[in-house]
Amino acid sequence: AETVADTRRLITKPQNLNDAYGPPSNFLEIDVSNPQTVGVGRGRFTTYEIRVKTNLPIFKLKESTVRRRYSDFEWLRSELERESKVVVPPLPGKAFLRQLPFRGDDGIFDDNFIEERKQGLEQFINKVAGHPLAQNERCLHMFLQDEIIDKSYTPSKIRHA
Amino acid sequence: MSFFGFGQSVEVEILLNDAESRKRAEHKTEDGKKEKYFLFYDGETVSGKVGLALKNPNKRLEHQGIKIEFIGQIELYYDRGNHHEFVSLVKDLARPGEITQSQAFDFEFTHVEKPYESYTGQNVKLRYFLRATISRRLNDVVKEMDIVVHTLSTYPELNSSIKMEVGIEDCLHIEFEYNKSKYHLKDVIVGKIYFLLVRIKIKHMEIDIIKRETTGTGPNVYHENVTIAKYEIMDGAPVRGESIPIRLFLAGYELTPTMRDINKKFSVRYYLNLVLIDEEERRYFKQQEVVLWRKGDIVRKSMSHQAAIASQRFEGTTSLGEVRTPSQLSDNNCRQ
Repeated sequence: AETVADTRRLITKPQNLNDAYGPPSNFLEIDVSNPQTVGVGRGRFTTYEIRVKTNLPIFKLKESTVRRRYSDFEWLRSELERESKVVVPPLPGKAFLRQLPFRGDDGIFDDNFIEERKQGLEQFINKVAGHPLAQNERCLHMFLQDEIIDKSYTPSKIRHA
Repeated sequence: MSFFGFGQSVEVEILLNDAESRKRAEHKTEDGKKEKYFLFYDGETVSGKVGLALKNPNKRLEHQGIKIEFIGQIELYYDRGNHHEFVSLVKDLARPGEITQSQAFDFEFTHVEKPYESYTGQNVKLRYFLRATISRRLNDVVKEMDIVVHTLSTYPELNSSIKMEVGIEDCLHIEFEYNKSKYHLKDVIVGKIYFLLVRIKIKHMEIDIIKRETTGTGPNVYHENVTIAKYEIMDGAPVRGESIPIRLFLAGYELTPTMRDINKKFSVRYYLNLVLIDEEERRYFKQQEVVLWRKGDIVRKSMSHQAAIASQRFEGTTSLGEVRTPSQLSDNNCRQ
């Protein structure tokens, strides 16, 4: 009698078909793509397209596209470090060596380097944006979905809709 | 004593009267090795013989008395010099005098109180032993014999299931249920995890058994956590409405009964730790204490009685479980 009892399960509610086969409610995809280098001389820099697709209700847009440069990522990282309790993952390196003059290649504007950095940034932003505590930070939402980052914003927490 | 073959030397031996029939139990020693010892329960009589075998039959052995002790003591490893004896019984076997031939003395400690279970932990040891001592002017001859004590409990009257809803607001809500709050050492934990809301990309889920040993008091309290078991109960991404069954057999793990404030020296408690791990290896967990107890191997009165007990935990779930308000599931913030 005991063996029978021990192999039983607790009674569970049956799952409905929509929950079982519908799209999951944790959908969040961020692509970093389409790097473009603009400007000349010391004002030269590269921007990347950040495309967000999500069904998480905390984001006000389900789809959005913005352009960001490396220093914007650095800004986001330092804001998160200061505002949240999250251990923020590192960014891909700053590549100081590549910024020295008289190089054989294009330095930080070399295609291979940009590609490598793009992948690193994509990893970084996916890690950060998936964190439930980072998702409460206004800076993350501005970074991902506002056309222009207002760096003089007031840091605050986003409440769920 | 017997340098260069002069003088007398003696072999002391402690023999239990019921050595043939008494059960032995495996017990871990301090160095991690497992050895078998005679097993006793609370209230049982400890009786036997102390045998003295003289090495040199032509000579006498002078002594200042022979005694046997039954001792139960707690050793805290950070305080090696001090042993706390909670049981200490002495019987004198012989008055000061001399022994001329090999000889045996009977002893009996009747209905000895053995209130606690033998235990060897990270920072503390609780042991019982018999010690025979021949007092001599220069150096005593001492022989010790360790025994193991198991404490038995009966089926707990109140054994409600543990049912709780936990989560991170608007990110992850789960409801978990374990069929009991008190399990015996060979029991099976039957439970389930029900996903109410999943907005985090969960990758897998495991259940850990954590042993927490607490020693010392006041400001000098030491906690030692050991993960006894890690058991994966789900692999893959769950969606809303899904339930994951749990069946965890305890017999395979090295567990002791839960010990609370043993002689005001130490405690050993057990926790079930439910851990959910997301795609970025972030861990979300909820710890829940369970009480472990040792069931007596008493002959089963009737199978139907046993079955009735066993089936109790599955029926009438309404009367069992207490549902508490949702509490925050801890998050260790992605230390990678």
